[in-house]
Amino acid sequence: MTDTLTATRADVTREQLIDFVYAEARMLDEGRFDEWLTLWAPEGIYWMPLDWNQQDAIHETSLLHEDQFMLRLRVERLNGARTFSQKPKSRCLHVLNRPDVDLIDNEAGRYTVVTRMTYVETRLDEQFLLAVTATHDLAWQEGALKIRQKRVDILNCDAAFGNIQLLP
Amino acid sequence: MQTPENRQAMAAMVQPQQVHRDLYISPRLFQLEVKHLFSNAWVYIGHDSQTPKKGDYYTTQIGDQPLIMVRHSDDQIHVLYNRCPHKGTKIAIDRTGNTGKFFRCPYHAWSFKTDGCLLAIPLKKGYEGTGLDQTEAAKGMTPVGAVENYRGFIFARLAPEGISFADYFGDALSSLDNMVDRSPAGRLEVVGAPLRYMHKCNWKMLVENQTDTCHPMVAHESSAGTAVKIWESMDKPEGTPTPAAMEIIAPFMSPYEFFENMGIRTWPNGHGHTGVHHSIHSDYSAIPGYFEQMVEAYGEERAQQILGENRHNTVYFPNIMIKGPIQQLRNFIPLAHDRTLVESWIFRLVDAPDELVARTAMYNRMINAPTSMVGHDDLEMYERAQEGLAAQGSDWVNVQRLYEESENFDEEAVLNGTTERQMRNQFHAWLKFMTMTMPDAEPQEAAE
Repeated sequence: MTDTLTATRADVTREQLIDFVYAEARMLDEGRFDEWLTLWAPEGIYWMPLDWNQQDAIHETSLLHEDQFMLRLRVERLNGARTFSQKPKSRCLHVLNRPDVDLIDNEAGRYTVVTRMTYVETRLDEQFLLAVTATHDLAWQEGALKIRQKRVDILNCDAAFGNIQLLP
Repeated sequence: MQTPENRQAMAAMVQPQQVHRDLYISPRLFQLEVKHLFSNAWVYIGHDSQTPKKGDYYTTQIGDQPLIMVRHSDDQIHVLYNRCPHKGTKIAIDRTGNTGKFFRCPYHAWSFKTDGCLLAIPLKKGYEGTGLDQTEAAKGMTPVGAVENYRGFIFARLAPEGISFADYFGDALSSLDNMVDRSPAGRLEVVGAPLRYMHKCNWKMLVENQTDTCHPMVAHESSAGTAVKIWESMDKPEGTPTPAAMEIIAPFMSPYEFFENMGIRTWPNGHGHTGVHHSIHSDYSAIPGYFEQMVEAYGEERAQQILGENRHNTVYFPNIMIKGPIQQLRNFIPLAHDRTLVESWIFRLVDAPDELVARTAMYNRMINAPTSMVGHDDLEMYERAQEGLAAQGSDWVNVQRLYEESENFDEEAVLNGTTERQMRNQFHAWLKFMTMTMPDAEPQEAAE
């Protein structure tokens, strides 16, 4: 047990936050989705807006706005025997710029990290690239950093896309 | 050999129980579809809430035909070809905006009233005595053949002459009516940006899929089936309410009998809908306060009648589908024989609770986004079909389920919900509007 687990106040460093974002991206790239699900707070939401600077996730269409049930469904579907759009499976790669730590509040146990990255996804002969900004709202919960919201803004969110099957 | 542009050649490709694969894979047939079918039919353009103020415009296309929908100074919606009569430059480039009292071409500053009429040309003396007034250019921006605003929904017929709006849609408009009537104010408004999803397949595959009730439990087993499995395996206290996401996705796994019993209705000119008696949208939770608002607006009997309709997918031939119970419209915009842009729009029921539009937005992103698991299931099948149809071993695509001899598509019919009659109805209409402006057979060679 580390000190942070027993302390009443979190003591998260900038480096830990940056490492967390890199580790999350690597889990997705390596297809370690079950492990990836453990990074989330129970109330965590993955949001990918449809409109540039979209403010309302609920009353307008988003590309993706999913709670833990839906993310679990997504992960189980990717591994399903009759998931025909994943025969063969897609692969992805996140190439991260240095994350900006916008908020460290160890009193409240809240943190915000903004990361620009390029996202590449491929399947069969097709490959596409997205330029995205990921905003991680993290919380210190039960001795670990958890994702309360991951917002992914795609630079060309208003373009017509084919299938985006994995998670930017 | 190039397919001849005549009725005989078209009719040879549409048989009662099967259609030729060229309908999906031939670039030549796609050109003919844009020239004939999409010109003779009434095609959806947009909703008038997208252009609420005078001078507001919205750009779109029918096939490769660039169009502008604009609200003119008399408050009427006009639909014009998006092309300067001078050199051809597209007049409006952005998807939506306000042009004020007139359009101004960005190339040479020719300007046009918002009904298309030529307003002014800079340095006009250069045309004096040249007979400009005798040319097409002097007429301004060309309007489409006909426009109809039906309860806010704008449709256009490109051809100057042809079937009237009322004759084209007939009783099929009852689905649009039901969607609009679900607003206590009798009015809908577009909400947010549409999903734009590129499909590398022919547009007709998408339209057929809308009334294909034998695919959900197969193609969507990976998403809906997995959802049901996870939900059932979860430890839930007794009486845990089903979350909205489960209400939306679980019915996709309904058994064949459910879809057989829900029924299909077909109307003349290729229109039709699934969900005559019930549908996958029947069992959504009531939104508090909504029914009371409806009763106040319509009276109890009429309110119950409106909300008692739970039509599933209504196809308006050639290329849109609406879902009345959840206020969604999907536009299958054909770009090429093997490329279709699918736009999925949602609407707010004016004066109804916000929870309704929240469910609608959830449905849209869960089922129809490029990031949606259900969307992935479907697109995979279309793209496999587009590639598979290249096979020379067989020329035909089968549409025979529950086929009956001497089906009469000029009459409304209600049938078993798993029939492919609506697909046959669409091909009947395809042939009708494709050949309406074609000669019977190729003219004889001059040499004979």
